[in-house]
Amino acid sequence: MIEPLAHLPVLLVITPLLAALLAGFMRRGGTAFGLSLAVSWASPVMAITLLARVLASGPVSYHIGGWEPPWGIEYRVDALNGFVLVLVSVIGAVIMPFAWRSVARELEPDRQAWFYCMYLLCLTGLMGITVTGDAFNAFVFMEISSLSTYVLIALGRDRRALVAAFQYLIMGTIGATFYVIGIGLLYLATGTLNMMDLAERLGGAAAEQPRTIVTGLAFLVVGVSLKLALFPLSAWLPGAYAFAPSLVTIFLAATATKVAIYLLIRFLFSIVGPAVGFAASPVAEMIIGLSLIAIFVASLIAMFRLDLKRMLAYSSLAQIGYITMGIGIANQPSLTGGIVHVVNHAITKAGLFMAVGCIVFRTGTVSLTELAGIGRRMPLTMAAFTITGLGLIGAPGTVGFISKWYLIMGALQDGAPWLAFVIASSSLLTVTYIGHVLEVAWFRPTAPALAGVSDPPLSMLLPLLVLAAATIWFGIDTSWTAGIASRIAEGLLDGVAR
Amino acid sequence: MGRFLEHYNYLITIFLMMAGLFIVIARGNMVKKLIGLGIFQTSVYLVYLEPAKILGGTAPIIDPAFTVYSNPLPHVLILTAIVVGVATLALGLALVVRINEAYGTIEEDEIVGKDPDQ
Repeated sequence: MIEPLAHLPVLLVITPLLAALLAGFMRRGGTAFGLSLAVSWASPVMAITLLARVLASGPVSYHIGGWEPPWGIEYRVDALNGFVLVLVSVIGAVIMPFAWRSVARELEPDRQAWFYCMYLLCLTGLMGITVTGDAFNAFVFMEISSLSTYVLIALGRDRRALVAAFQYLIMGTIGATFYVIGIGLLYLATGTLNMMDLAERLGGAAAEQPRTIVTGLAFLVVGVSLKLALFPLSAWLPGAYAFAPSLVTIFLAATATKVAIYLLIRFLFSIVGPAVGFAASPVAEMIIGLSLIAIFVASLIAMFRLDLKRMLAYSSLAQIGYITMGIGIANQPSLTGGIVHVVNHAITKAGLFMAVGCIVFRTGTVSLTELAGIGRRMPLTMAAFTITGLGLIGAPGTVGFISKWYLIMGALQDGAPWLAFVIASSSLLTVTYIGHVLEVAWFRPTAPALAGVSDPPLSMLLPLLVLAAATIWFGIDTSWTAGIASRIAEGLLDGVAR
Repeated sequence: MGRFLEHYNYLITIFLMMAGLFIVIARGNMVKKLIGLGIFQTSVYLVYLEPAKILGGTAPIIDPAFTVYSNPLPHVLILTAIVVGVATLALGLALVVRINEAYGTIEEDEIVGKDPDQ
């Protein structure tokens, strides 16, 4: 008797994997799109069912091939990765309708089916990293998602997309290899790759051979930080985001770095935390320091960019800084803030990049100098940009306010009011660059070149409006985001040694 | 010093690792970068394989004649990592071919010269 619900963890990975294979055999972009849409809409149903089960009755463990962990590969879903699974799959479902026209416009017809093949592979990898409870398996999925991401970026129209993809390939591979070295050293010291088992054995191993463990963790943190683009390991990100096709930029900004952040949280809190006591190590201070630099340097660079995609890419680096800062401060409110900002930034940045995607679709340019008065030509698009932009700034009533509130609470509880002040004042930098776009879009006379431009078709507009609505909805009703995030943070911190 | 040299295999591994990483960082030629990346990745295979091989150990097949076994798991893991490495190298080279078609060069500084706004 097969019970489909029991197989949800593996189905989340297998479905896009098989669909990717099928899409690879397809000739026409349209059929491949239909397949991607079906998978993208089925995934959140599965992920939400799974999360509901986890929240109701505790972690779900799935043994691949029936091999008992820690010998076999275990897929283990608890509140934290169940939450990330929902985030990735829902974002995938919301942005998929946008792909239809955007991909048809930006890619040559014979490449479209391959595009969806790679997209589904990337989704497979991200789902796999999140769902797996095996450290080495996470590396394999990391490479599945990374390799497909390099291809997706290289599909951009500009030849600079090729160079950006190559640079990301070099840095991404170094990051993944660092991760493998870290896992290898931990494996040598503990003899296990299963994350739960690793957490149990790490304490004993750390007492016996502290140097191996510390070196392994250093490699691991640096490797994952490269993937999540923690400043200064983020040189690959602006180019990759700026030249990739619009859909890829939206998808990567909203999900790929978030999954890497999940992996960092998993290692620091679930695995290292109980054994070594993460708060006592210098990692926390280093992460806070780098996050601060990320927030300020990246925001300052964003202020001077007139290329919208690039501006938002640098802004992503700054926003990742907020998330990692929440992780670094490592108390209940700050970790809640970090986790909830993973969701909130995914919503707002997906919305902003999607608005830019709509502008590219209609005008073919991302340069702010050519977009004077675009708000009057594309009112709905720019209205959505304004709302998600306010969410990014952290205006009250939007999602950004919620995350910053928790982060500031966390900083105050940590006894660092200056940090709270810095978090609050850094929003001004965000106001500057988002404000600049809004000023150009709404208050300048309309450029003559934009005469025939109007809002994009409904299939592109609707996902954008959904994201804008979510920016406000989750800024007011936080029971699904901050409520669950707070439960997760509590669970993570419970196990951490002080 | 003797203890240091006893672990000469690890010294070789670390040398290869650093040499590979140095090539990736210091060379502007994209093919050379990929070669460096390959050396770097390969050295990591050694990190797993060296401790897994026990001198005099056999494959883990239970037999009364043998008592010492080598751990097979690292070998299997590295088999996977080799596949990943091959895929990465192939994709990297494919990108270099496309970059050469688009720019007529695979030297990083010349490419930056042609497209200053990277």
